[in-house]
Amino acid sequence: MEYAEIQALKQAFEEVPGTYLFNADRCRAGYHINMFCMSLSKDENRKEFLADEATYLANKFSGTTSEQRRCVLERDWLGLIKSGANIYYMSKFGATLGKSFQYMAGEMTGQGQDSYRAMMVDGGRVVAGNRNKKDNGGKVLCISNISKQDFSKKAQ
Amino acid sequence: MAKITAGIGSSHVPAIGAAFDQGLTEDPYWKPLFDGYPAAREWLKQHKPDVAIIVYNDHGSAISLESIPTFAIGVADEFQPADEGWGPRKVPVVKGHSKLAWHITESLILNEFDMTVMSKLDVDHGLTVPLNITCGQVDEWPFAVIPIAVNVVMFPVPSGDRCWRLGEAIRKAVESFPEDLKVVIFGTGGMSHQIHGERSGMINRPFDTAFLDDLTRNPERLRKIPHLEFVKESGAEGIEMVMWMTMRGALSKNIHEVYRHYHIPASNTAAGLIILEEDNY
Repeated sequence: MEYAEIQALKQAFEEVPGTYLFNADRCRAGYHINMFCMSLSKDENRKEFLADEATYLANKFSGTTSEQRRCVLERDWLGLIKSGANIYYMSKFGATLGKSFQYMAGEMTGQGQDSYRAMMVDGGRVVAGNRNKKDNGGKVLCISNISKQDFSKKAQ
Repeated sequence: MAKITAGIGSSHVPAIGAAFDQGLTEDPYWKPLFDGYPAAREWLKQHKPDVAIIVYNDHGSAISLESIPTFAIGVADEFQPADEGWGPRKVPVVKGHSKLAWHITESLILNEFDMTVMSKLDVDHGLTVPLNITCGQVDEWPFAVIPIAVNVVMFPVPSGDRCWRLGEAIRKAVESFPEDLKVVIFGTGGMSHQIHGERSGMINRPFDTAFLDDLTRNPERLRKIPHLEFVKESGAEGIEMVMWMTMRGALSKNIHEVYRHYHIPASNTAAGLIILEEDNY
């Protein structure tokens, strides 16, 4: 496949709103941050990380960018995705903090876990209006499939 | 001779494993999902396969970004449950079928599928959750398992059609093995779900229903679904459904649907389960 064709193919996925496909570019940018996440699948590393997060990152994963390290320290889940982390690798970091996929999704969507969970119980997020960035000015709709309710606000 | 007698499509949501592990299967949130599993378990118990080939993906548990095989096969005698950040799941060790796995490896490579051979492979929720769904909580799994790991994490992932053809090649390999073995094949993952970015939580019941229907009615449509359509219509992580194509490609044209169960939500995901049996075996 031609170089330009491959770039165009990747660009087509970038037109899907709220989606950061883990492609070769993100894999290249995210190698060190993902390997950091993966290191947390060992108990001794989890303990060492939790004892001094910044030192663990700086010493063992010096290849990470300062933005990636900020995202870890500030629990900026969406920022991690945008800077090349992959959700499956991030799940090890989440688990180390006692956080589930659903918690991370609630944070990444800005809805918070309770509102996000309620949307899922109500049939999940609609597809209509969420296929292309041009559908809705790049914003992702938080409308549920069953009752068509808007779950964009965090539950009180 | 060995033969493939049935295919099973199953989601592999980690939260389903956690619900098993934490005794939440009767919880009001989980019960409607778990109520759909005993019928499948009963069928599998009667069917008594010797071996299950489980097509799944590793989620950064045993296979890291250090090496990313597109297609890998586990040839070991056993596979330990992986630590995914919470400590390993307390599920039985997965026993392999090394002799058949090595034969499949030889046959696949000679058939132009250049497999990565895994002699050590810790298996994560992608493989153990479908085992729980179809076998329940047991002291040991009732059959040997050959893991086939597909990269569906880093794009480009293999096309649905390529996965289908891998399934066809697996069927040829199994059928040329001289021992009498009854083999079932699992395709795991899906169904519609997205678990990253602001679009997390997207669910598409009509897409999933048509997918389940067309496994028997029109599988030729499914094998041609482009990646972009999966991402738009079934969510970015719904791409896992290409692994169901390997399962379907390993079956013949003459199959029938035995059972299906579909429930929204299992955490972030539309959970699907289907059993497809060969008409004649």
